Amino acid sequence: MFKYLFSKNEAIPAGSSAVYFGFSAIVWFVIGTGLGAFNASKLAFPDFVHGLEFVSFGHMRQVHVHAVIFGWISMAFAMAMMYITPALGNTKLWSEKLGLWNCFLWNIGLSVGLTVLWAGMTSGREYSDFPWFIDIYISLFMALPLGVNVWMTIINRRTQGIYTTNWFFAAASFMLIIVFIVGNLPEYFHLTGLTEAYLTWWFAHNILGLWITPVAAAIAYYTIPKVTGNPLYSHRIGHLHFWSIVVFYSTPAAHHLMSAPLPEWLKSFASVEGVLILVPAIAFVSNILMTMEGKWNMFVENLEVRFTVTGALLAIPLNMQGGFQQTRAINWYIHGTGWIVAHAHLALLGFSTFMEVAAVYLGLQTILKRKLYSITLGNIHYWFLLIGFTVYWVSMTIAGLIQGAGKIYEVPYIDVVIAEHPYMIARWLGGSLVFLGNCVWLYNMWMTTRVGTLVPKGRMPHELAYER
Amino acid sequence: MNFREYKIGSRMFGVALGGSMCITLLLPSLDIASVEATNVSMDKQLTAGYETGWNVYDPLMLGHHKPIKVLLKTDPTSGKAMEPEYAYVYEKGTPFPGGVNHPNNLGGRAQRLSLSIGKIGEAHSGAGAVFLIKTDDQKRAYIEDATITMGWNPDAVLKAAGDENVSHAGAGKTLFVREGCWWCHTLLPEQTQDWQVFGAPPMLGDFNGESPTAFGSDRKAPDLLHVGSRNSSREWMMLHFYNPRLVQPHSIMPRFDYLWGEVDAEGKKIDYAKWDSEFNAYRAGKRDVPPDVPTYAANSEVRWLIDFVLNMK
Repeated sequence: MFKYLFSKNEAIPAGSSAVYFGFSAIVWFVIGTGLGAFNASKLAFPDFVHGLEFVSFGHMRQVHVHAVIFGWISMAFAMAMMYITPALGNTKLWSEKLGLWNCFLWNIGLSVGLTVLWAGMTSGREYSDFPWFIDIYISLFMALPLGVNVWMTIINRRTQGIYTTNWFFAAASFMLIIVFIVGNLPEYFHLTGLTEAYLTWWFAHNILGLWITPVAAAIAYYTIPKVTGNPLYSHRIGHLHFWSIVVFYSTPAAHHLMSAPLPEWLKSFASVEGVLILVPAIAFVSNILMTMEGKWNMFVENLEVRFTVTGALLAIPLNMQGGFQQTRAINWYIHGTGWIVAHAHLALLGFSTFMEVAAVYLGLQTILKRKLYSITLGNIHYWFLLIGFTVYWVSMTIAGLIQGAGKIYEVPYIDVVIAEHPYMIARWLGGSLVFLGNCVWLYNMWMTTRVGTLVPKGRMPHELAYER
Repeated sequence: MNFREYKIGSRMFGVALGGSMCITLLLPSLDIASVEATNVSMDKQLTAGYETGWNVYDPLMLGHHKPIKVLLKTDPTSGKAMEPEYAYVYEKGTPFPGGVNHPNNLGGRAQRLSLSIGKIGEAHSGAGAVFLIKTDDQKRAYIEDATITMGWNPDAVLKAAGDENVSHAGAGKTLFVREGCWWCHTLLPEQTQDWQVFGAPPMLGDFNGESPTAFGSDRKAPDLLHVGSRNSSREWMMLHFYNPRLVQPHSIMPRFDYLWGEVDAEGKKIDYAKWDSEFNAYRAGKRDVPPDVPTYAANSEVRWLIDFVLNMK
């Protein structure tokens, strides 16, 4: 890959940047989930590894979060954009060279950023933990080149209209830059107090709502029709989804601070808008499930479809929780408990990750023209991810309800810690299973590039039989 | 081929996103900017100084360039006993907090009082300053620059206070952020419950000038906003930071023994491996008592962190 950084654009094989992004994403996924499992072990057994500042929980937690969000999820998104955007425009990527540089700078920036966080150099703001010089780097050298490539590919398309997936890609890559610039204003201009607190959660809310959620959904809008051969059920529901994301998902930031002394009108407004997120959510899930009509056998038989539909099904509990847990009626009970941790993993490890895994499986096989090395390992990956995630989600939800009860009855805190202990062990086991599944995936994908069956021209990978 | 240009869609997108930003950013920031600072937020920002997250004055987050909070019992100029009072000492070059740099952060009234009576507009960080929190005859809080109004200079104030009345809570907050204490300990008792155990929730003006606010979102441990009022024992804190299992066998808090650094209070090298093996022997039932925790050195990081924790009243 490195030799292409200084080649002429025309000399770079189509799809190179997608492959580079794809493998980077998988490696970061292994690292990120490994760190997550290690952190979880420390919550279950606090003396497991101790005495060293660099392996203390407080130094590692944010590294896990940022490795999975900006390493795994965002690089998988970039990978999907690099091959789906041109495919839907019936054209080539605007610049493979820019794509390769983008991926190279992304890996550099993320490595530096995570090292800085690991050393404890943090802004102290959850989700926008990176110090501002890293934030500026992310905006200029990670998000902007990605956006330019996507927008220019869409502008230079050879189709008349723009397909749903590409609206989302174009808008989300733009909104990512805006969120990074605006959400980090407190760091750039040293804004303090409640403004800082509120903007911290404005960033955290919108990085999920305007980047992760729409792009994950956009990927499903491509994968399901492409693999099943069914056209998207409804273009109009796609419109509803898109516009309601922009209007309803960009506004409820204050619902993360329901128990903080923010202006009451702001909290009430945010809470109502938060319920309205059910509009894009229901639009998306119904559109995907209706597109599956007549092809439900592929949910069982095809790995990419199975991953994507599982993600879409996980979006149902995700949004039912998300829509209502932020209302005052429920939030007072579960705010700040493990319930929220479970919900966050349902969003990122459940719904979103399952979409991206499918996109990376499909994309790498298509670009490399190689059939997946082993379906058995693919199945192991699927089940390890699903079982590991479920164990994590269920155990943290229960722990959260225990914490909530302890909170409202003002039980001595140590009794809550004792009651949660079994669930902390379960959380660690679940996380370890996810990590092991990803190691299997990395091996499987690597072997695919080496010895995967060649896919003949004009064929889709899933039309061939597996050999292993 | 006739390409669609999506002109209407692009404009609608601009209107939608712009409108959303207007409601969620512009209106709240106007509202929050008018909040009047309370004496709580004045104390917090004067204690913590300019910034306790990453900043150019302290890029490695070592707790440098931080103010010192002292309890003053004698007047630094005359040497006579005085009514005990907290003073916030900014030595030469220590950057000032938001409320002093930008007095409009304090809200309308506190800003006027701090500028007119408190003279904070004349403070100069190159020369250092000593700040006090005063109230006027109507009990309205404001910040006073005692260097200007009374001629107190930082060195004289530190000398008059003596080391036992010095709190490095500002440097301690940097460590609180760096060590990730806030990943488990919230600083936000909730309005709907928490009053009895964790104390009163903060009020609207309790955050002016503070950065980061570090509310925390994932409470895996007790809220600490008023912890200094619940437990003011330095001894307990020392044991608890070295190994939480010494005072609370079921705690899942990490050990912060590494904050002791190389040497203890007497300058002797701390043997962590020996302590560990003795503690393991104690846990295995082979010793009757756990090993003694080394007393921390006066300039150790854990001292600053304990200062910060005990300062949260």
